[in-house]
Amino acid sequence: MDRNHLQRQAAYMRKSLFDQGYLDDQFIQLEELQDDDPNFVEEIVTSFYNDSVRLINNIEQALESTPLDFYKLDNYMHNFKGSSSSIGARKVKAGCTQFSEYCKAGNAEGCVRTFQQVKQEHATLRRKLEAYFQLARQAGAGMRVNY
Amino acid sequence: MTGSCELSRRHLPTNVEDLFTRPSSDPQQFHVLAVDDSVIDRTVIERLLKISSCKVTTVESGTRALQFLGLDGKTSSSAVFDDLKVNLIMTDYSMPGMTGYELLKKIKESSTFREIPVVIMSSENILPRIDRCLEEGAEEFIVKPVKLSDVTRLKDFIIKGRKEESNERMIKKRRIQHNCSCSSLAKKPPLACDLPSSIVPSSPASSSKRPRFCEK
Repeated sequence: MDRNHLQRQAAYMRKSLFDQGYLDDQFIQLEELQDDDPNFVEEIVTSFYNDSVRLINNIEQALESTPLDFYKLDNYMHNFKGSSSSIGARKVKAGCTQFSEYCKAGNAEGCVRTFQQVKQEHATLRRKLEAYFQLARQAGAGMRVNY
Repeated sequence: MTGSCELSRRHLPTNVEDLFTRPSSDPQQFHVLAVDDSVIDRTVIERLLKISSCKVTTVESGTRALQFLGLDGKTSSSAVFDDLKVNLIMTDYSMPGMTGYELLKKIKESSTFREIPVVIMSSENILPRIDRCLEEGAEEFIVKPVKLSDVTRLKDFIIKGRKEESNERMIKKRRIQHNCSCSSLAKKPPLACDLPSSIVPSSPASSSKRPRFCEK
């Protein structure tokens, strides 16, 4: 009974991540790859967050130089956007796209502002996914959710 | 998050042996060489391919890919040996150093490896880029993120192409044998080797030139 309740909670949490636009179809693609490795998605997300530290640092450092090297910034962001896209991080990815547009327009203020937003979305998603994975684990392996 | 660092660690080359993940030596299995500078994307593509019953080698750059194939002129090729023969190369387009396009060119310039189908992956749907890759001989251009259906479709397509090629070789062999035996007879019987049209292979390359524009 308790387990069913946890499973329902986890399913609800997962659904709201999609409904609220934090995740997109790519996350589902990853879930479908879990197969014999139920921790696959969590491992990929962990890997993403480990890898993003470096990518975020690159961008932050580049944002400190004057004048801004928009070409370099756009390249760094391209990498970060790619990774975000690969795990289905929808809002983070959207922020990255906006950042790229400001780079192409040479708009420094826009870049700085948007990057703060991207970092916020990145952190928010991390918290939400951590909570979700923890709940999913508590609910037990073999939990089947239908989106 | 569970502190599972093994996944990232596995893809960090520490010495020559760790430069690429080593697949098992089953010559029958479809072997894909995946090239991508993003550790996340390498992990995903490796998973996609393994789920599709492929043998996978992942490398982080075009240079490493050439090393693996033995095309860098320095290392001896691991891929020349039959058990590690590469059936498909999937490469990211935007990589530091050597781009996927440059890698594609090097492979198509090689007499040993030019027959291996090369697929370009890119997060950007840029028409001139797609055209350029296809013109250079890329089998297909896939917009990232790559999906399981992309891999399944690709694998089936290439395997079918190989089957048709080997069918074609068999047919040619039969024709030659039949012609030889026919010409040795005094009276030539009518050639009964009209093959049903279903066996005649179509060129697998032509239909793949249509680029994929699907993007979410």
